Amino acid sequence: MSDVRTDPRTVAETVTDPELPTLTLADLGVLRDVRTEGDGTVVVEITPTYTGCPAMGAMRADLVHALRRAGFEDVDVRTVLAPAWSTDWITDTGRRKLAAAGIAPPGPAPVRSPGPVPLRLDPTPRTAACPLCGSRDTEELSEFGATACKALRRCRACREPFEHVKEI
Amino acid sequence: MGHEETVYEALGLAPGDERHWAFGTGFHDPLAGVDTTVPDGIDPSDLGQYCLMLGDDALVLAQRLTQWITAAPELEEEVALANIALDLLGQARLLLARAGSVGVLGRSREKATASIPDEDALAYFRDADEFRSTALVAAPNGDFARTTVRLLAAATVRLAVFVRLRASRDQVLAAIAAKGVHELTYHRDHAARWVRRLGDGTEESHRRAQDGVDVVWPLLGELFTPTDVETRLTAAGVAVDPAVTRDEVTGVLTTVLERATLRVPPWPADEPPRGRSGRHGPDLAELLIGLQGLARAHPEATW
Repeated sequence: MSDVRTDPRTVAETVTDPELPTLTLADLGVLRDVRTEGDGTVVVEITPTYTGCPAMGAMRADLVHALRRAGFEDVDVRTVLAPAWSTDWITDTGRRKLAAAGIAPPGPAPVRSPGPVPLRLDPTPRTAACPLCGSRDTEELSEFGATACKALRRCRACREPFEHVKEI
Repeated sequence: MGHEETVYEALGLAPGDERHWAFGTGFHDPLAGVDTTVPDGIDPSDLGQYCLMLGDDALVLAQRLTQWITAAPELEEEVALANIALDLLGQARLLLARAGSVGVLGRSREKATASIPDEDALAYFRDADEFRSTALVAAPNGDFARTTVRLLAAATVRLAVFVRLRASRDQVLAAIAAKGVHELTYHRDHAARWVRRLGDGTEESHRRAQDGVDVVWPLLGELFTPTDVETRLTAAGVAVDPAVTRDEVTGVLTTVLERATLRVPPWPADEPPRGRSGRHGPDLAELLIGLQGLARAHPEATW
């Protein structure tokens, strides 16, 4: 058993995302808070990227496991729904790790007003540099990729397909 | 230690065997740790019924979209429909869990054993007459063009409601809506571009898209009439009166159809809310057999 005086936040910040294992939950902005309550319970707050993200159960289990291994017996992982997660919460470190893993990081999230959402009938003006060769000359193949958070793109310069974490 | 190994080892540590979730591995209450206090002056039963309306629409449409898996015209589209279905399933889980949190479980608890979470009991152990979804989402897929037109209509209606629901006095509904708006924006845009592409495509794709429009349009008649539950909750600042979304919905749909060179059929006259009152045709019953059959035959199954 590890030293129980370790800061639980430090432990929680090492836990990686089940679908993007090169990134931590902290890099993704999914880890919202870690605190110790008066009775010693470690409370961890996480927020889902997408409502249906099937990785939430694994994230929760990984956090509990990591904290127990570090000596924290009572761990309470709570879901926070508001404010809704945005790709703007992915840290600079997270963006560098995504690019290094061959996944184009997201651009700025769309600006949202309280009113109706405008319809976009034309292809999105989104761009993403190819994470393999760096070219800006890339095209979107599908807004929906292998996981809910990623779109599928192709580089016109090196012809390689790649994934892009779509702005949300 | 490999990452996968960590996950499975961790699941094995879950206290009280929380893996014992009916149809998945290691899922937990999606509202764990969320403050589910009911706002002042709100009848919990009304709130729960409203959550069933919004949750059932998402659950039923997710099931229909999932029927395209292994059958979509191209792999990218199959992945897209599966992703949209997954988003809707996530919304359904939260909304059904919210209904369960205020004790609205109908007759589902007579059939579901105690270890089955509320949202699963509601999804798998209610009969058709307890569902509050509209006929728009229960209608069969038809061909890809009709599926796409239906998705456009359903996503447009839902987005118009969710945009307004972000201001709900119920903080859980407001949070679900705020997340859902991000997702539904993608769904509506995706469907709208396909309808435009099919309508303004070949003679065959245009014909199929127009057929889809003509089949889907009559299903819009019940969508703008509030139920008594919606009227009461709207007055209390919790729900959205569907009547206020009419101009936005008809405006968006008209824009898409015109750009797609499709004929806009006359808007159907307003009808009483059948699906929201639990009155359904055979489409929903047929869908529920596929959705619920396995769960009912093996109510405690895990894998």
